[in-house]
Amino acid sequence: MLIFEHSRPGRRNYSQSPAAAEIVGIPQNLMRKAPPLLPEVSEMDVVRHYTRLSQKNFSIDTQFYPLGSCTMKYNPRACNSLAMLPQFLARHPRAPESTGQGFLACMYELQEILKDVTGMAGVCLTPMAGAQGELIGIAMIRAYHESRGDSARTEIIVPDAAHGTNPATAVMCGYKVVEIATDKEGDVDMEALKAAVGPQTAGLMLTNPSTLGVFEKNVAEMSKIVHEAGGLLYYDGANLNAILGKVKPGDMGFDVIHINLHKTFSTPHGGGGPGSAPVGVAPRLLPFMPVPVVGSDNGMYRWLTEKDIPQTIGRLSAHMGNAGVLLRAYVYVRLLGAEGMHRVAEFAALNANYLMAEMSKAGFEIAYPTRRASHEFIVTLKELKEKTGVTAMNVAKRLLDKGYHAPTIYFPLLVPECMLIEPAETESRETLDAFVAAMKEIMEEAYNQPELVKNAPHTTPVRRLDDVKAARELDLTWKQI
Amino acid sequence: MPFIPHTQEDVQTMLASIGANSIDDLFDEIPPALKSGGLKRVPPGLSEMEISRLMLERAETDGRYLNFIGAGAYEHHIPAAVWQIATRGEFYSSYTPYQAEASQGTLQLLYEYQTIMASLTGMDVSNASMYDGASALAEAALMAVRSHKSSRRILIPSTVHPVYRSVVRAIVRNQGIDVIELPYCKTSGQTLAEALDEFGKEEFAALVIPQPNFFGVLEDVDALTDWAHSKNALAIGVVNPMALAILTPPGEWGEKGADVAVGEGQPLGIPLSSGGPYFGFMACKQALVRQMPGRIIGRTTDQDGKSGFVLTLQAREQHIRRSKATSNICTNQGLMVTAATIYLALMGPEGLRRTAVQSHANTLALLEKLETLKGVKRLFTRSLFHEIVVSLPAPAGDVMHALKSRGILGGLDLEGYYPELGHAMLVCATETKTSEDLDKYAGQLRSILENS
Repeated sequence: MLIFEHSRPGRRNYSQSPAAAEIVGIPQNLMRKAPPLLPEVSEMDVVRHYTRLSQKNFSIDTQFYPLGSCTMKYNPRACNSLAMLPQFLARHPRAPESTGQGFLACMYELQEILKDVTGMAGVCLTPMAGAQGELIGIAMIRAYHESRGDSARTEIIVPDAAHGTNPATAVMCGYKVVEIATDKEGDVDMEALKAAVGPQTAGLMLTNPSTLGVFEKNVAEMSKIVHEAGGLLYYDGANLNAILGKVKPGDMGFDVIHINLHKTFSTPHGGGGPGSAPVGVAPRLLPFMPVPVVGSDNGMYRWLTEKDIPQTIGRLSAHMGNAGVLLRAYVYVRLLGAEGMHRVAEFAALNANYLMAEMSKAGFEIAYPTRRASHEFIVTLKELKEKTGVTAMNVAKRLLDKGYHAPTIYFPLLVPECMLIEPAETESRETLDAFVAAMKEIMEEAYNQPELVKNAPHTTPVRRLDDVKAARELDLTWKQI
Repeated sequence: MPFIPHTQEDVQTMLASIGANSIDDLFDEIPPALKSGGLKRVPPGLSEMEISRLMLERAETDGRYLNFIGAGAYEHHIPAAVWQIATRGEFYSSYTPYQAEASQGTLQLLYEYQTIMASLTGMDVSNASMYDGASALAEAALMAVRSHKSSRRILIPSTVHPVYRSVVRAIVRNQGIDVIELPYCKTSGQTLAEALDEFGKEEFAALVIPQPNFFGVLEDVDALTDWAHSKNALAIGVVNPMALAILTPPGEWGEKGADVAVGEGQPLGIPLSSGGPYFGFMACKQALVRQMPGRIIGRTTDQDGKSGFVLTLQAREQHIRRSKATSNICTNQGLMVTAATIYLALMGPEGLRRTAVQSHANTLALLEKLETLKGVKRLFTRSLFHEIVVSLPAPAGDVMHALKSRGILGGLDLEGYYPELGHAMLVCATETKTSEDLDKYAGQLRSILENS
């Protein structure tokens, strides 16, 4: 039932509405004629309705979520409660800096910590999601070339395994996208890269470890090739969790990077956002950083603006980005500390390699069996599909019946019937073992009762939904009949 | 080890299964020259007790003020149930609802949100939210250019929030789009109607129409919408959703209604929180739905014929279309929208209306008190929602500073944004202010001005 269907005319929450006042001096033609469609329900109706809806979700707090390239790790509760202290919540974004020294101290320290962890010279915290971090990064690359009068650079190179946001971002920044292939080992094809670079190259966007779950071994050489051609290197931080505290993107030669705090730094995914994606830059891009950035003058923190960074690419949000998410990340990094940072990567790698080994032993085909898993790896169900007709999608849905969120499926696009599996460091061995057992059961079902798997899920609040109907017969809002 | 459950025995068993001698072996494909030399600026780890104490101290340093600043972020009462429900783990720690069968809670909530936002804005459809109001406006400008095809000019009145204008420029500038600013009337505080035809001589893709505008003033939205349409351009409303509880929704402006409505969703149950996370909203006419960026939820049926919800029209999006997508956006502000939907359900039509009306009334009551002070006067004559530009007899920055030392954030100093207005500030009094609060403000301002 929708909240609107609980509605009864005249029902109200008296404790939530101010006394009736009068409207003065607004002309009739500017006034609303009919009230908006909002439910008329009691507070208890609302609490019950949305609590029940929440129970129809899978979440990290209730299920294992081996979702590749999404880093679904535990979101510590302390991060939430400390970011929601009343003074932090009440602070107006345009309040003077002198009234926010406590908050700004957290932001300044977070910038410093992120600089250290990524090996970059500057960090700006404002980007509100990974894709906005990318947009800012590529805009800075463009501003850099333009500032040198180098206007012939019209292309961004993107490996075929990249997230879809990479090519979409390059286009939003006015660039042409050149895709390059991956070799048999899962690395970028170096010959293809050499053939693609030239005086038209503005930059290369790279995710390392890649979305194929392997570390690009040739990254130093790639960096050399692109830099020698006059291009810059963009690091997509989607998989930073795999190398946190072990390798700094700055040391790999990257000029600009975004960090998904909602992945590596454990801020919540919230059912699809808010994200937060600070960008880090090498010295040559410092003049183009977006504003505001937190600065420190004699122990007083303040916002650096267009006046301080005159060549800035500008502002990308109305205020300073997702402050509350940044506070959560700050609490998380302080809880981990220097000694906890590299353990994230170590145990993420241990869990991924263990799960890969156990799945291989259980008979699943690993896409890149000769490689170490980074913090994720790919299983291909090509053979299963050929023999039983059961697809990666079917297996994903059957996992829901068994109480596991599905791994990422059909991405990267170049591996057939693929499942990209990322367990994250916060899961225990027992959970991983139980997941392997569930996958084995599904494999057996696929051979013995394929229809059971093909028709999954069976136990979720709804069964397989008709996507085609949803797109053809668009029903995007409820209408009162 | 914080948040890592492994025992020593687990580690040994797992390494044995992998066939590795140590955890370090798992990183043996990384060239040794690239390995990190350690972290010098990351402090040692703290316990939860220690970090709690530190954060409490910092929060207390920041303190709390009696706030009269608005300027795009508004202090409204937030019912306790909003965040208690929104931070339930099943909402807080769930992923984007790509696996629809395992995400019906979030998906149904988003469908309810889309329904409310479409109705509040008077539009046919809404997406599942954008990052914030400013970036939503930039995306609306891009959407207009995609749909117009022949023009890449966008007209934006200088009565639109100055930072929104900067954000639009920063986001669209690499796509060959011209952002043209329109002047405002120094008396009324509205977009200058007489100037329109001059700017409309050359073809343009869209006119942005703020309601209320940055000065808190109500624009003549019907005339502006009709004028944009007469020039074959889209009308993009940028609106405060709280104001829409009492003001004509963009979908009903002029003869045909605006084509797109965007804005900042923060007034709907989202705390001020130094500027974020908030959420942007975007709603539009049916004809434009395939040009709309961001996630959209649709209702459909499952294989048993039961009603359910999915992400739909995904063929517009970057994970399918890659370089041909409508935008690179993949995130929506899911948790913020969760809170906003709960807020809207709790308030209901009458609660929301009363909140808007009380905010309007409080701002007028404050104005009346301030105007009794010598040299303090209202700057623009046109009717307003819940914000107002007030002219002061002394530099606004100095006055704000003095008020702050008395525990009051008096408003936004406008001298940096609109120097032509002289000593001016932008003031807002929402429903959270009592008449004692208004008296306190006026009394303190009197004392400051008399002593200056």
